[in-house]
Amino acid sequence: MRITRRAALQATIAAPLASPFILPRNAIAQQRPNELRLGISTFLSGPASVFGVPGRNAADLLIEQFNAAGGIGGVPMRSVVIDEAPGVDFLLGECRRLAQNEGVDMMLASISSGSCLAVAPLAEQLRMPTILWDCGTQRIFEENSFKYAVRTQANAVPEIVAPLLYLMRTRPDFRTLAVVNQDYAWGRDSWAIWKAAMDAIKPGVRVVAELFPRFGATDFSTEITRLQALRPDVIFSTSWGGELDTFVRQAAERRLFERSTFVLPLAESSLERVGKTLPAGVIVGSRGDHWFLHPTARDTPILKNFTEAYRRRFNQYPIYPTFHMAQALYGMKAAYEKAIAANGGRWPSREQVMDTMRGLEFAHLTGTMKIRDDGQGLEPMLMGVTRHVNEYPFPVLDQMILYPPELTMNPIGTKGLDWVRLLTPAAVQRAPAPIAYRA
Amino acid sequence: MTLLLLLAVLDGLAYAALVFMVAVGLTLVFGVLRVLNVAHGSFFAIGGYVAATLGGAVATTAAAPWLALPVLLVSAILVGGLLGPVVEKLLLSRIYVKDHVLQLLVTFALFMILEDVQKLIWGVQPIFQDAAVKALGPVEVGDIVYTRYQLFLLPAVAATTLLGLMWFLRRTLTGRVIVAVTQDREAATAMGIDAARVYMLTFTFGTMLAALGGALASPTSSLVPGAGVNMIVLSFAVVATAGLGQIEGAALTALLIGLGRSVAVYFAPEFEVVIPYLIMVAVLLVRPYGLFGSPELRRV
Amino acid sequence: MGRNLTLPTVLGIALLFGLSFLAPWLKFVFTIALAKGLAVLGILLLLRAGQVSFGHALYVAVGAYTVAFTRPVAGDVLILLPLAVLAAGTVGVLVGLFVTRYRDIFFGMLNLAFSMVFYSLLEKLYAYTKGTDGITVVRPSIAGVMLERVPYEWTMLCLALTLAVGLGLLARVFLASPLGQALPAIKTRETRLEFAGISAKRVLLVSYVASAMLAGLGGGLIAMTTLHVTPLLAYWTHSGELVFIAILGGGGAVLGPFLGAVVFELVRVYAAAAFPDAWQMILGAVLLAIILFASRGLWGIYEDLTAKRGVRS
Repeated sequence: MRITRRAALQATIAAPLASPFILPRNAIAQQRPNELRLGISTFLSGPASVFGVPGRNAADLLIEQFNAAGGIGGVPMRSVVIDEAPGVDFLLGECRRLAQNEGVDMMLASISSGSCLAVAPLAEQLRMPTILWDCGTQRIFEENSFKYAVRTQANAVPEIVAPLLYLMRTRPDFRTLAVVNQDYAWGRDSWAIWKAAMDAIKPGVRVVAELFPRFGATDFSTEITRLQALRPDVIFSTSWGGELDTFVRQAAERRLFERSTFVLPLAESSLERVGKTLPAGVIVGSRGDHWFLHPTARDTPILKNFTEAYRRRFNQYPIYPTFHMAQALYGMKAAYEKAIAANGGRWPSREQVMDTMRGLEFAHLTGTMKIRDDGQGLEPMLMGVTRHVNEYPFPVLDQMILYPPELTMNPIGTKGLDWVRLLTPAAVQRAPAPIAYRA
Repeated sequence: MTLLLLLAVLDGLAYAALVFMVAVGLTLVFGVLRVLNVAHGSFFAIGGYVAATLGGAVATTAAAPWLALPVLLVSAILVGGLLGPVVEKLLLSRIYVKDHVLQLLVTFALFMILEDVQKLIWGVQPIFQDAAVKALGPVEVGDIVYTRYQLFLLPAVAATTLLGLMWFLRRTLTGRVIVAVTQDREAATAMGIDAARVYMLTFTFGTMLAALGGALASPTSSLVPGAGVNMIVLSFAVVATAGLGQIEGAALTALLIGLGRSVAVYFAPEFEVVIPYLIMVAVLLVRPYGLFGSPELRRV
Repeated sequence: MGRNLTLPTVLGIALLFGLSFLAPWLKFVFTIALAKGLAVLGILLLLRAGQVSFGHALYVAVGAYTVAFTRPVAGDVLILLPLAVLAAGTVGVLVGLFVTRYRDIFFGMLNLAFSMVFYSLLEKLYAYTKGTDGITVVRPSIAGVMLERVPYEWTMLCLALTLAVGLGLLARVFLASPLGQALPAIKTRETRLEFAGISAKRVLLVSYVASAMLAGLGGGLIAMTTLHVTPLLAYWTHSGELVFIAILGGGGAVLGPFLGAVVFELVRVYAAAAFPDAWQMILGAVLLAIILFASRGLWGIYEDLTAKRGVRS
């Protein structure tokens, strides 16, 4: 009696917990599924949700659009979104759940580089096709090779080399520089790449201050005072989100922009929020080949429709994570369609899809890009300088240059940090001509 | 060198003022209720969000830019006046008799809930409203441009709060009642003091101070999800270093942390993050009950 | 404490195994839960003395990073785990000598301070720790045998279970010993303990180091299960999580921490699956409900249910 009672008690606690998960879904390859399930990991809480939520929003919008147009090879898509904020131990458990119980066919993994570094090896173990949709660290494909993971965007190397080349072109005479980066992996990595590349292209620049305020800092007064006293020619900052907004506002209020040229490789994502507080003449990047007023794609229906639909639904202009998500989804769609065609119309296996991904060239919202044989995406880098115009309540990009990957990305088999040391001033001249903003 | 030190002091003051505003509310609440309120950081963030929202409304409609300043105070009173009594009545009043651990965890639970509530109301995009800073404009010290808001207003508000609180607690009847409850709850109750009312009053006031801290911070920094998290840990460090319930101690500690931080940015940037903890460990090593604290009577 | 824990333990193990067979991904979740349960068992020792550490994530992280750093030179679980425990124990002695002089809120805050300093160090020493990117741990061998993923996961689950049961028993023996009995005395009237000729500080230090070692063991297990460690392990919210689990499970018996940890992980998975934008709110609400309506935790609920039956029969 005691036993049954106790067992019953424990079973009643456990049963409702367990039941939905104990439904195995035998995803048999080669058979056309009823739906294509996507697992998406992104930040839904914490400071990085400023990127995570726009990324998720873009996925919702695009999956709806794709499904309305017949899905992929006639199969509709459905997404399961998980929050990567609680940390690696939680995320890896969720990935297993998605793979083994939700029957997810493809993972779109992570904004944080730490998450990607943890998820890619697991994806390999689980044979789970994975697209790294936003994380930037170059370490992933340099230190390992993965069969089941690809990245549908560039990485930290071109994201930093392009702003440097752009600065060298617009302001070649600078002699002193200060850096203000967030104190975490990206802030440190991006500075290491910049420093190595700058020493190669323009030796002798004096670094007057290396400031790494705490991640999540809300006050940069002391840093700004120091920068005012030091008067560097150039101030470089790869900060993003709330911290970049705060830094820009505090710097503007204290007229720091009048004294130094700013290089802000991630500021495209802050333009709408900081508005015209950000003055003209600031060098701005967008982590890739995208902006809603992209110089070559701005009048194409695909970009215009996306921007309009996104604005109507979320009341904001799309920013780079939305485009990164779009690249992942367009890349996935292209890979499946190509694999289906190569398979004589039959549904491809996971391995076939992943093989197709390598060397795939696909069109997305703002142009086309290619995935290299090691899984790394090759994406041009859009750089520009801010300008105030009447049509928008925030700065737009002017004198835009699209840096091709050949100029900014290290070849397969090399390490980015070693490769940038081989850059020469000639790289500055090889860039294409700038394209002016037009109303 | 001297100029650099002077600049470091000026920067440190503004930061210390903000830290003090948050920590003093926390220490007041702890002194009276003996509850270390983790949700204090949430009140800070909500104060900031409300101030930014109201400030935005005022900035677009009102003709007088200086109106942005009183908005900060109004938001703090609004947030404190509404949230404080509700939280105290519905949650805290049920757990005064329970273990300290449970009291702390109740506020931890509240913090988790409020984190998501903020996200649901204000979304995840950073919010920024600097009308108040613009209203006061910049000022030059030597060659360096400062904002009047940070250089004058923040330290002035903090100093006023400190002096006002000292006067209130020592010279007014309500203040003395609060001090009496802080020192000996049982004796004060025996004297006919309505402890429940004192608790409610103090908690509401503490919440207002947290919200005011958030409101004062909002014109200079963006509000993002998790804005309250960092403030909690920092103000905890201040409260423990100061000595529990010590208002002057909180002021001195905030000053130490503010100055220590900005001196660190100048001379040893790598240490900036750990400054508050180093100060705390150093102080507690010498004074085990905090700067101004004293051991509580231990009854055998 | 006199209650017989054998039956619920055996049933609990059977349940964990059963569910892991039916839903393979639960192996991972349960292993993590049991590892956290070990750390919470350490928290429980201190809770007996009325002291809450808001910084035990420090020891979890020390254990995890010990595994990450020594994995390239020592590749076996049987070497890595003791090393993780040893490292956490060493740090525990050093920190413990300082923090056990303090009580209540000062004790909690100092622990918090140490864990935050360690968290900052993990980020600052970027050249060694790779900062927030974290360190990938290559799957270690177990007693000299390299296992494939699935058998490795099963072995880790079994290992975690064995350790949980073994150390749970040990903790029970410790709590019943004179030294363990002195812990509640620190909570009620420390001075009386001193009058009896027992050094409260020493009692607390012993428990503190034991709790640090338990947390280090948990951290080592986490590192070997996730195979990737990041500084977030040391962040104060994770320390809060451990205290949360301790209260959720209930401090009445050594099974509480493990029960609490398993339920915590499952609730979080469920909440995150059902409400990706508001899972924190749900966890918070669960915690509130437990404190307000069942302050002895899940184990307390279980005791009440079985006790009532016992009275009737």
